[in-house]
Amino acid sequence: MNRTLVIIGHGMVGHRLIEDVRTRDEAGTWHIVVLGEETHPAYDRVGLSSYLDGKTAEDLGLVTHEVATDPRVELRTGTTVAGIDRHHRRVTTTDGTTIDYDALVLATGSRPFVPPVPGHELPGCHVYRTLDDLDAIRAAATPGRTGVVVGGGLLGLEAAGALQTLGMDTHIVEMAPRLMPVQVDEGGGHILGRLIGDLGLHVHTGTATETIHAGEHGHVEAVTLTDGIVLDTDTVVFSAGIRPRDDLAEPAGLGRGPRGGILVDEYCRTGDEHIWAIGECAAVDGHCYGLVAPGYSMATAVAEQLLENSDTPFGGADTATKLKLLGVDVASFGDAHAGTEGALEVVYANNAAGNYTKLVLSDDARTLLGGVLVGDATAYATLRPLVGHELPAAPEQLLLPEGDGVGTGALPDEATVCSCNNVSKADITEVVTTQQAGDVAGIKACTKAGTSCGSCVPMLKNLLGECGVQVSKALCEHFAQSRAELFEIVQVTGITSFSELIDRHGNGRGCDICKPAVASILASLGSPHILDDEQAGLQDTNDRFLANMQRNGTYSVVPRVPGGEITPDKLITLGKVAGEFGLYTKITGGQRIDLFGARVEHLPEIWRRLAEAGFESGHAYGKALRTVKSCVGTDWCRYGVQDSVTMAIRLELRYRGLRAPHKIKAGVSGCARECAEARSKDFGVIATEQGWNLYVGGNGGFNPRHAELLATDLTDEELVRLIDRFLMFYVRTADRLQRTAAWIESFDDGLEHVREVVVDDSLGIAEELAEAMDRHTRNYTDEWSGVLEDPEKLSRFVSFVNAPGAPDPTIEFTEQRGQIRPAPVELPLPNVRAEQEVSA
Amino acid sequence: MKWVPVCDREAVPPEYGVAALVDGRAVALFRTAEDELFAVDNVDPFTGAGVISRGIVGDRDGEPTVASPLLKHVFSLRSGVCLDEPSTQLPTFPIRHRQGSVEIGLG
Ligand SMILES: Cc1cc2nc3c(=O)[nH]c(=O)nc-3n(C[C@H](O)[C@H](O)[C@H](O)COP(=O)(O)OP(=O)(O)OC[C@H]3O[C@@H](n4cnc5c(N)ncnc54)[C@H](O)[C@@H]3O)c2cc1C
Ligand code: SF4
Repeated sequence: MNRTLVIIGHGMVGHRLIEDVRTRDEAGTWHIVVLGEETHPAYDRVGLSSYLDGKTAEDLGLVTHEVATDPRVELRTGTTVAGIDRHHRRVTTTDGTTIDYDALVLATGSRPFVPPVPGHELPGCHVYRTLDDLDAIRAAATPGRTGVVVGGGLLGLEAAGALQTLGMDTHIVEMAPRLMPVQVDEGGGHILGRLIGDLGLHVHTGTATETIHAGEHGHVEAVTLTDGIVLDTDTVVFSAGIRPRDDLAEPAGLGRGPRGGILVDEYCRTGDEHIWAIGECAAVDGHCYGLVAPGYSMATAVAEQLLENSDTPFGGADTATKLKLLGVDVASFGDAHAGTEGALEVVYANNAAGNYTKLVLSDDARTLLGGVLVGDATAYATLRPLVGHELPAAPEQLLLPEGDGVGTGALPDEATVCSCNNVSKADITEVVTTQQAGDVAGIKACTKAGTSCGSCVPMLKNLLGECGVQVSKALCEHFAQSRAELFEIVQVTGITSFSELIDRHGNGRGCDICKPAVASILASLGSPHILDDEQAGLQDTNDRFLANMQRNGTYSVVPRVPGGEITPDKLITLGKVAGEFGLYTKITGGQRIDLFGARVEHLPEIWRRLAEAGFESGHAYGKALRTVKSCVGTDWCRYGVQDSVTMAIRLELRYRGLRAPHKIKAGVSGCARECAEARSKDFGVIATEQGWNLYVGGNGGFNPRHAELLATDLTDEELVRLIDRFLMFYVRTADRLQRTAAWIESFDDGLEHVREVVVDDSLGIAEELAEAMDRHTRNYTDEWSGVLEDPEKLSRFVSFVNAPGAPDPTIEFTEQRGQIRPAPVELPLPNVRAEQEVSA
Repeated sequence: MKWVPVCDREAVPPEYGVAALVDGRAVALFRTAEDELFAVDNVDPFTGAGVISRGIVGDRDGEPTVASPLLKHVFSLRSGVCLDEPSTQLPTFPIRHRQGSVEIGLG
């Protein structure tokens, strides 16, 4: 039996319904048609602000490959529904198409509320709801100019943070006497206002927007507040609340809630048995919820009914919130305003430290009802799931810095650990104890916990520990330490050889995992030539022959071409050498010229020729800085605003030879058009009229990632200093083969932590990191010339010890498009398998 | 058994491998830190490339090993068995050290 489910609205909740129906619908009953008005398929609206801070629309996208290719799901984006014909069970879109349904679910979300202030429709006024809204704001924002956000609630503060990220001088206007009036009480609001002010945002509370004035061309020019203040601005963002999108209800004869929203019962059913409403547009028993967690519970409740599994009502909602604004911690949860009869409030405030914490308790002071945290919200993750449960310790012990806080052990099994996805402690311990998950990533994959706002991730780690899972950080069987720990040991003890390190701090003889890792650490700390003495045996084959081993055992040679700038003479040399040694040539993705097919015994001669022409090692073989790609910048480009070529060359020469946990690539673009694709690199630099913007952590390897903005408007010197610190911090603390993207993610606070250490110097090590980089730069010498000058090292570049010039018989080439390529190899069947086949 | 001298002992540094041409066949020679010598076929059975001598020497649970530099399969130097995929094996050769030179046994 095939039935059609039509969903109106492809937002967060509509999408969750698709997933819930598809995972439960084993019989394949439902064909799902989703009609979404936005041109983007569903994305993480909760994470919307990060779209202005480095994330792309794809990063935020919620639609997995599985759903996108599911033959039972039909996704129509850019499609708005105009009406519902209940009699024929049919919906009509604005372009006149009709679609028949057996079941219909409205998931139309809400629209931003724009107060009817005179001038609110002028060009220059924006709202903050969709990717398109943010594109418009980005296009309008001019760094250095004033931006005004109307509304000082949760969303308003996020919008203000976003304008600040865009470099605007940002003002927040809030009618109530304090910021976040819904979530935070007076005491908390006071401290919050101060913390926000410390961030450089201007807060106007207890005042409203009176008029928005147009300039000569009809564009916003200024805003007058009711207290008489006039702000000169051309960008106004309204973030003054939301209203449910219920326009489809009345014409179709469906009821509306007393304060708007499509009226549904506790099962999310409308008066029509074929129609449901879920998410922000639904008024459940008259009440609308403006958060995603209740919407997700509604989606699950409806999926269960559609599959006739059970009739579980939507079980009410967790309205806990945590502000995601840069640098300020605010959280409120449960009955934050102590509305419950007889509720007690316990408050600790420290004005000097900028902390405010309040717990709301039941009248017997034993059960936690809610709370507000401002300034330091670390306790949020453990306190929120305790709502409705007995406190495991005295309130002051839970809150005071000297107290121990609550362990996850204190939580009852049914406590919700991840409220975004409604995952309980028991759900998590179940997947861990049955060994379906052995780390945080595993828990995320099995339960979805921690995949939305991420505030429960620290709890997931604790739960793992409680279940007895020790996440081993041992590098391999020879060292119990992590790479970062070995780095510290080498640095502090001054050990300079692998054998000494393994004798004193490891066991056994080493392997292909720890040897290259230690070789890299020794090299980062300024050891002699990488092929000196014992070092040679530690190196991966690429480093051992200072060239990249290719599939047939030959090597490719890639000389450095800093910034991709090369003279005609040098180009000719490369061509000549390639011709003489019969090499295949290709231009790489990183603006280098790659010469393939060199036999090991030819490498020294090839390099002698290249070195004479002024080339040096490009380190294309190493876990090291590979390339700094650049566009042509102001020299030639009519759009360029900075000299990207000179900067790229400077950076490449500075970091050449730097050994790291993984290869590092970089790029410099001369303007925001980004011709060097700098944001797909480990570090990327994009010029603006105000200076350089630095992005980090692009290049995720298997999982493509865009780099995120670390700092803006830097001078040349500031830029180089920040990159020094960033790279050295990475080199010292990352795991073996961990790319910058994964390394940043490995910190609890992600990029924020990196920013604190690298930009704000929270650990007081910035100077040391920069000095280490200076040392590296001073000590740099070309590795290939080191080999060419040393007969002992040269003697290793032979095919066979007893027949140095004899070519390796396994190497054969064929031809393709006028150049060589490795001949296909026919592999003999392994012995054992052949025998089995004979006897069978 | 016929012993063929191949090279000076010093030509095989400790914890390191070199390739030699013995009777027209490429052989990978290794010396461990404890001065033990090993000889296995130089051709990586997974890729057909003559690269085993250029792998990293080490141990797994005390068993001396070499990791192929191409796809990183680890082989026992004693038996030639691939420890990651025991159905595959590198041929091994008798090897000894005599009067300062390294010899491979044939036949
Ligand atoms: C900047 C920002 C930050 C937020 N932060 C948080 C947070 O930290 N925590 C939290 O819990 N919540 C947060 N929210 C709220 C959260 O995003 C919403 O609760 C959630 O997205 C609601 O999901 P929904 O599917 O009901 O609505 P939406 O995600 O808004 O989706 C509704 C979709 O329906 C489409 N639609 C409407 N009418 C029609 C029609 N007639 N035809 C076709 N399509 C239509 C809309 O275009 C929209 O794409 C935030 C919201 C914003 C804007
Ligand atoms: S990034 Fe800008 S400056 Fe560089 S080439 Fe492109 S348009 Fe020109």
